[in-house]
Parts: sequence; structure tokens; C-alpha cells
Amino acid sequence: MLENIRLSFQGIWSHKMRSFLTMLGIIIGIASIISIVSTIKGTNEQIKENLVGAGNNNVKIQLYQGEGTYWMDGGIPNGVYQLSQDQKQQIMDLEQVENASFYQERSYADGISYENTTLQGGTILGIDQNYMETCGYQIYQGRMFLESDFEQVRKVVLLDDTAAQSIFQEEEPLGKVIEIKGEPFTVVGVVKKSDSFQPVIQSMDDYNTYSQESYATVFLPNSCWPIVYQFDEPENAVVMAKTTEDMSIVGKEAAEIMNQSITNTTDSLSYKAEDLLERAKSLQDLSRSTNSQLIWIASISLLVGGIGVMNIMLVSVTERTSEIGLKKAIGARKRRILAQFLTEAAVLTSIGGLIGVAAGIVMAKVISQMSKTPVAISVPAIVFSVAFSMLIGIIFGLLPSIKAANLNPIDALRRE
Amino acid sequence: MILQMNDICKDYLQGKMTVPVLRNIDFSMEEGEYVAIMGPSGSGKTTLMNIVGCLDQATSGKFFLDGKDISKCSDNQMSDIRLKKIGFVFQSFQLLPRQSALDNVALPLCYAGVAKKERRERAAAALERVGLEDRMNFKPNQLSGGQKQRVAIARAIVNHPRILLADEPTGALDSRSGEQVMELFESLHKEGVSILMITHDPGIASFAERIVEIRDGRLKSKEAEAE
Repeated sequence: MLENIRLSFQGIWSHKMRSFLTMLGIIIGIASIISIVSTIKGTNEQIKENLVGAGNNNVKIQLYQGEGTYWMDGGIPNGVYQLSQDQKQQIMDLEQVENASFYQERSYADGISYENTTLQGGTILGIDQNYMETCGYQIYQGRMFLESDFEQVRKVVLLDDTAAQSIFQEEEPLGKVIEIKGEPFTVVGVVKKSDSFQPVIQSMDDYNTYSQESYATVFLPNSCWPIVYQFDEPENAVVMAKTTEDMSIVGKEAAEIMNQSITNTTDSLSYKAEDLLERAKSLQDLSRSTNSQLIWIASISLLVGGIGVMNIMLVSVTERTSEIGLKKAIGARKRRILAQFLTEAAVLTSIGGLIGVAAGIVMAKVISQMSKTPVAISVPAIVFSVAFSMLIGIIFGLLPSIKAANLNPIDALRRE
Repeated sequence: MILQMNDICKDYLQGKMTVPVLRNIDFSMEEGEYVAIMGPSGSGKTTLMNIVGCLDQATSGKFFLDGKDISKCSDNQMSDIRLKKIGFVFQSFQLLPRQSALDNVALPLCYAGVAKKERRERAAAALERVGLEDRMNFKPNQLSGGQKQRVAIARAIVNHPRILLADEPTGALDSRSGEQVMELFESLHKEGVSILMITHDPGIASFAERIVEIRDGRLKSKEAEAE
């Protein structure tokens, strides 16, 4: 067997150009498959990372009316109440919950001003003590809210860096007093989302998904919320699941607990989790199904490559008729001749497969550079490709090898 | 008796016609004998050689090689007989062009399942026997015609066959190299190797102990004619 492999290499090497051209079909086929698989894998990982956020695992649970989020025109609808301490505790106690926070939110808030500057289109959040930790904010300047801020209903605010930038520009924000709907609030700190919670925005879709979060945000202790907005906004929750895979279930369970307190049955109001993982999965399925068609097309080039191998092997058998005749004459059994040619075909296509894998990796890297999409090299795909190209060699080498093994040594020797 | 043929016939199918090539051949060879078969082309001498060499089966008749009935052998059994009992020398040498002289000689040992180290030793010894110990790693295209034929002879004897079959062994050689090959056969014969040689050249045939002539598929022995 080793002897056969050595002979195969010798044979392939002595016809470098021909062997390379024969392998080309296999090389192209395998290279396309490897680059497509790498791109699919890269895209899928990116979709998951973008939508779900690496290291984040946060699920937002908001009040929905029908399919859309509830639009808080006339305050809280009838039959929806603030969440009870008991409900909050139940959510915190869920098995897959790492952390949870409850907050009120008003988007496109007006009436936030400092001296002559007014903040346009900002978001105001009334947050509890868990919010900053759960959502991955870190203090950048000043301090976080203290327990006493909540207890004593101190009129203090935290700004995110976007809000601080647009309100104060170059000015130092700490200690300044801003007005929210005419009420004075003292800025005690500036926060920033830590990098691992920062979504990667690479397309319009990503932008829409995250646009809300990139708006300027002002944080109040939730105990201060009624001073400004009374009880006009329903309470939302953000729940951090222990693992990414737990996100869907955690969202559903938390929403269920929150729905217990809704008594309004006429307006189809309910709390729903924004299920990013589900969305990621459906996007992944989409990209996978488009790309699996590409794999089928690439497989056709493997088939063509295989036929090329068969063709060249048949030529090679004819060319080497006298060699085969001699080997049979001096006592090689049929099986040996068969094995020799099969090995040669398998070695040829395996080398083609290896070159194809290398070319595919290079191609995937080039594609990722050019189109700015990530690639992830899949090791199982590489192993499979090389094994599959070997199989192609054996399948398409079979016919020529059988032909060689069945050559009549007398006829074979007579041909000079 | 190394080889015995009783009433061997061989027909070839040419289109729809059956052409008889060998007719009622009775032929035998003693162990250690050196026999030449002479005949013009088309006389059936190559067909006879193929049957003796277990490359072909007779249409009818009995053929015993080293006491074994070949007419009943399977394809694989014939392969094994060729491997172990017969050494072939061809007119056109039939060396593998990409392999060294040593590897060419070692090829039958490889099929016989001899371990690599022993293979090299025995192949080297066979090359030494034909006087090519200094050409072991040469490729066939680096050797002269006579040297190539001596490599082929080394390959034929490396498995210690019961009989050496040579088909026009000097046909592609100049007379000087041809003589060297004949000297080699002579000395192998003296060592007790049985040799059956085909030739159309009476000068070459005269090296043999016994000459058998074949004409139109029938044998006639020289001695028989002389009597």
C-alpha cells in the first residue's frame, strides 16, 4: 500500500502539468465549497453576535398592543398596572436569569434643557438599581446612583456620553443642573456602554435594530419618575439570561409573569419579549438556504472534476498498457493492478482536495476583505472536503482501474 | 520433467472464422535443459511461448509445468505461477522507465511479499550476477541496450524461477551485446537453470543444446529430421 502511494506520487510528479490540470476541477470545486461554507459560518456568527450582542444576553420585555410596541399616547392603558414587588421577585428567581431590571422609558422626550440648549429626540429612562449593571453601562465620569438617591428621591440624573456631548459640548457636565419638564435635576455622572455590549453596526438593518440605543439617553432614579411623568408609562423589563441559548425561554417566562397583572382583555395588550435569538435564527436560516444552493452548484464542478480524473486515468491506462502487461506477466495479480490505479486516482484527487482547501481558505479571506463580511473556517468542512475528494478519486478511478486490471497481458505486451 | 505438453491446440477467433495457430503440439523439456524454438514469424512460436509462460490457456490438450496441470488454473493461480516459477525476458526489455535498475529487479519480489530490506539485498545480488553491480541506481534511459537486457535478465532470475523464457532476447541488440547476453544464458544454464528461448536467428539458436522448429503451428525437432 505504502509502495503504491509512493509510486503514485512518483507518477503524479513526473506528469506535473497534466496532473495539475486534472486536479484543477477538484481544486475549484473544493475551494468553492470551503469558501462558501466559511462565509456562511462567518455570516451566521456575525448575525448572532450583532443581534444578540456578544456577552450580553439581554432580553427586553415591553408592552405590546397586537404586534407593535404600545404607543403611550394617553398614558398607561386601563387594566395595566405598575409591576408588583412580587412579580419582580418571581422574575429574578427564574432559574436561567442572571440579573433583571425594571424601568420606565419615554422615547423622543421633550423638555430636557440646560441654559439655552435643548436636547432633541432623547430617551429618558427611569431605572432601578440593577439597570446599569444589567445593561452593561460603566461610569465614565462622576458616580453611579446611590441607594440613598433612590430612597430619598433625590433629583439627580446620569447622562450617557451621547447626551452629555449634545447638551454640554465642551463644558464639564458634572454638578450642572438640567431641567426636565421644568424640574431641576443635578448631573452626577456620565456613563458609557462597555464595549462588549456595543452592537456591531454594519448595515441599515443593524442600524434600525439598534437605533434606539444610540440616541442620547438620560437616566433618572425610578423613584423620581412620577415627579416628571407621573405614571404615564408602563414598566418594562430587561432580563439578562445566563446563556445566549436561554434567552428565548427567559423572555417568554418573564413576559408571562408580567402579564399576570394585566386585566385589560379588550385591547390585546400584553408584555412580549423582543426575541433577538429567534430573529437571528431566522436570518441564519435564510442565509443558510441561499448558500446551500451555492454548495450544490459547487458540487457540480466536483462532478466535472471527477469526470476529468476518469478521463485522464483512462488515457493513462492506455499509455501504460505495456507497463501493466509487464507487471501482470511477472506475476502481479489483478487486485494489485486495481489497487495501484485506484491509489493513484485517490492520491491525485486528495492532493487536489488539499490544494482546494488551501485555495478556499485564501478565497474566503479575500472575499471577507473585499465585501467586509466575516469568515469562519470550519474544520469539519475541511476534513469532509479532503475525505470527499479522496472518495471522488476512488469512484471515478474505478472504471479505469478495472480496465487496467482486466487487460490481457499478451495484448498489453504486444503493444509497443 | 520441467515441462510437458500433450496434444496442445490453440485456435484464435478472427471475426467469425476460427484460425488454428497451434496444432497437436507434443513437447517436453527436462530439468536444466536449454532449448531454442525456431520459426518464421506467424509460425505460432509466440503463441506457444505464451502458453508455456502461463499467459494464455490452450484451447485443448494437456500442459504440465513443474508437474502442475495448468489447463485447470484460475487467473490468480496463473499469476502466482508466473511469479514463482517463470522468469520472462522480452525482446524490448520491458523495464519500467521511471524506476532504477534495482527497483526494476526488485519488482517481482515486491509482488511475492518479500520484506523491503531483503528485496534490496536479493535484487542487488541478481544485478551482481549479471555484472551490473555498478549500475544499480541507474534509470533505464541511462543504460545501453545490452545493459537493459541484463537488468531484465536479473529481474527474471531474482525469484529463482524453475524456467527462464526468453522471447527474441537479442532481437533489439547489436551483435556484440547479443553475444554478451548469450554468454550470460550459457553460464546460467551451467548453473542448472532451465531455459526456453524463441528466436528466428539460427546463429542465436545454435547456443542451445536442442533446437525445435515450428512451422504452421506444428513442431518438428532438428534431431528427428537429422535421423
